[in-house]
Amino acid sequence: MSSAGAATQARENEPPESFGPSSAGARSLSPGDRFFRRLTQGFAILVLLSVVGILVTLLSGSWPALKTFGLGFLASKEWNPVTGQFGALAPLYGTVITSVIALLVGVPVSFGIALVITELAPRWLKRPIGVAVELLAAIPSIIYGMWGLFVFAPVFAAHLQPWLTEHVGSWPILGLLFEGPPMGIGMLTAGLILAIMIIPFMAAVMRDVFETVPASLRESAYALGCTTWEVVWRVILPYTRVGVIGGIMLGLGRALGETMAVTFVIGNAHDIHLSLFMAGNTISSTLANEFTEAVTPLYTSSLLALGLVLFVLTLIVLVAARLLLMKMRAREGERT
Amino acid sequence: MIDRTATRLLVATFLMMLMGNLARASDATTISGAGATFPYPVYSKWADTYAKEKHIKLNYQAIGSGGGIKQITEGTVDFGASDAPLKPEELDKAGLIQFPVVMGGVVPVINIAGIKAGELKLAPDVLADIFMGKVKKWNDPRLGHDNPGLKLPDAAVTVVHRSDGSGTTWIFTNYLSKVSLEWLKAVGNDKSVAWPTGVGGKGNQGVASYVQRINGAIGYVESAYAIQNHMAHAKLKNHDGNFVDPTDDSVQAAAKGADWTHAHGFYMVLTDQPGAASWPITGASFVLVHRQQKDAETGRAVLRFFDWGYRNGGAAAKELGYIPMPTGVVDQVEKTWEKEVRDSGGQKLWPERKPAGK
Repeated sequence: MSSAGAATQARENEPPESFGPSSAGARSLSPGDRFFRRLTQGFAILVLLSVVGILVTLLSGSWPALKTFGLGFLASKEWNPVTGQFGALAPLYGTVITSVIALLVGVPVSFGIALVITELAPRWLKRPIGVAVELLAAIPSIIYGMWGLFVFAPVFAAHLQPWLTEHVGSWPILGLLFEGPPMGIGMLTAGLILAIMIIPFMAAVMRDVFETVPASLRESAYALGCTTWEVVWRVILPYTRVGVIGGIMLGLGRALGETMAVTFVIGNAHDIHLSLFMAGNTISSTLANEFTEAVTPLYTSSLLALGLVLFVLTLIVLVAARLLLMKMRAREGERT
Repeated sequence: MIDRTATRLLVATFLMMLMGNLARASDATTISGAGATFPYPVYSKWADTYAKEKHIKLNYQAIGSGGGIKQITEGTVDFGASDAPLKPEELDKAGLIQFPVVMGGVVPVINIAGIKAGELKLAPDVLADIFMGKVKKWNDPRLGHDNPGLKLPDAAVTVVHRSDGSGTTWIFTNYLSKVSLEWLKAVGNDKSVAWPTGVGGKGNQGVASYVQRINGAIGYVESAYAIQNHMAHAKLKNHDGNFVDPTDDSVQAAAKGADWTHAHGFYMVLTDQPGAASWPITGASFVLVHRQQKDAETGRAVLRFFDWGYRNGGAAAKELGYIPMPTGVVDQVEKTWEKEVRDSGGQKLWPERKPAGK
């Protein structure tokens, strides 16, 4: 849901057009046209209906858990199927942290990839890189998960983790993030795998929007003596800001909801550790792990409540992105 | 690019839905079941042979014991399967009977540098304390007590458990609850529990790969899985005080000692059973059917399938690392069918009679 929302957002570089031509009523439409219009309107309404349907299902399903635990559900890290105590804090924490890691790593890399494809690479290299990015985007997430567990994690445990512990581990505060035995699995691994998974999406969107910059703008900037970096930073980025943020949101949406790949490498422990080397949990991996054997009504309901939390989290992210864009537009308006 | 991916996804989804519908368009020659993943390999092997011999297909969905119980209670499948037995009162409430079909052991598997399969011996209280997170290093003196002469390294202990709800976890935590009062009070016995320490892997495969990748790890998997993947196991001290290996014989020994006759509704847990050779963490996998069958023909087909499995499926089960039920237990199971299972008219479904002249 979230990624679809972000995708439309990404394509909204031009001001959105209104739903249908308002003057349509005045013009006489052929029956075929009218039918087509109704049909497409129906499809659009279907989207709204399904979102509402999902929300209602989640709310009614998670009601027993919310009634039992109240707002404490969000604040408790207890998750004990035996005693029937459930709280969302540990998976919520894991979801946010892994997504933040994924964005921290993924955004600069995707930006770089898009930059190379649109600005720097020689013409003959653009296509192969572009195709490679698209191929990466088409790989199913379980493949990333297996690759992460069987290939990436051992290398990570043998080389990168000891290196991080040795060099960063002794720093104040930051060092706390890299403590613990090098297991190769955990929050950091999950975040990095997520980064690899969302890079193709973000890079593809960024490339597409970078290409919408009119050649005249670009050429004029170069003619004024701008360096490539200045053209990118001062001309291309401001022009495509909305699309770039849309692309990042698309990536974030995928990172927040990603299930199988994360389940493979995060270590699946209902716990909150400061160290990124330790095992954690995300909302979607908890759901994937525990839904099949959740027998008691309260257990099932708590899992649905987790789903609701993810739904709301995604909503907050989308709304925040919208607000950010509106603010930017307003500031733009002041300046001119 | 995104559009193209989306289109492909849509097409794939439609195709899958279409195929699902075709598969569901069943007739009387198909029986359907859902539940535990543990017996899935043996049920599908039986189903394969059975379909060739009797032309009756079995559609078994390994969705987990919890899902199996839900589906049979709602009546969407012909039988459910669960690794943890239901309590007699739960069975009565849902109008179900249960019977054990195959057995297996749960095996602690380790990855400690320099320690080979079967070299490490673990006493029950030490095993419990390892999973409680109280034994933190492999050279802990408590381990040394049972393992004189074994050079245990100064490596951290990492516990690996199942992250998904699982009958294997139920059996394992049932054992720990029996041998450690502290475990019983602090953690308890269920298909998924609040683990005091460690990392979670999804499925036997997930636990196995975590154990193989983390130096100093200890986890638990089904015996069939441990054998097929040549994992290093630890010996366990059983109820009689002997250190035993998980083998066909030791698992079967645990079942022999069990008193099935007095287990109401076959509620029998085979952990920590007496017997000199008994493997202490043993469990049976159960099948659930409705006491009153709406469709007599399908109900009979289900019983017929498991009767065939009991009598002809032993070798196939053993090959896959499972232990077939002893014949004495099978007889009791079929007596229960005769006593409890009825069609909607109140007629017995078992033993099979030749169709009467009506």
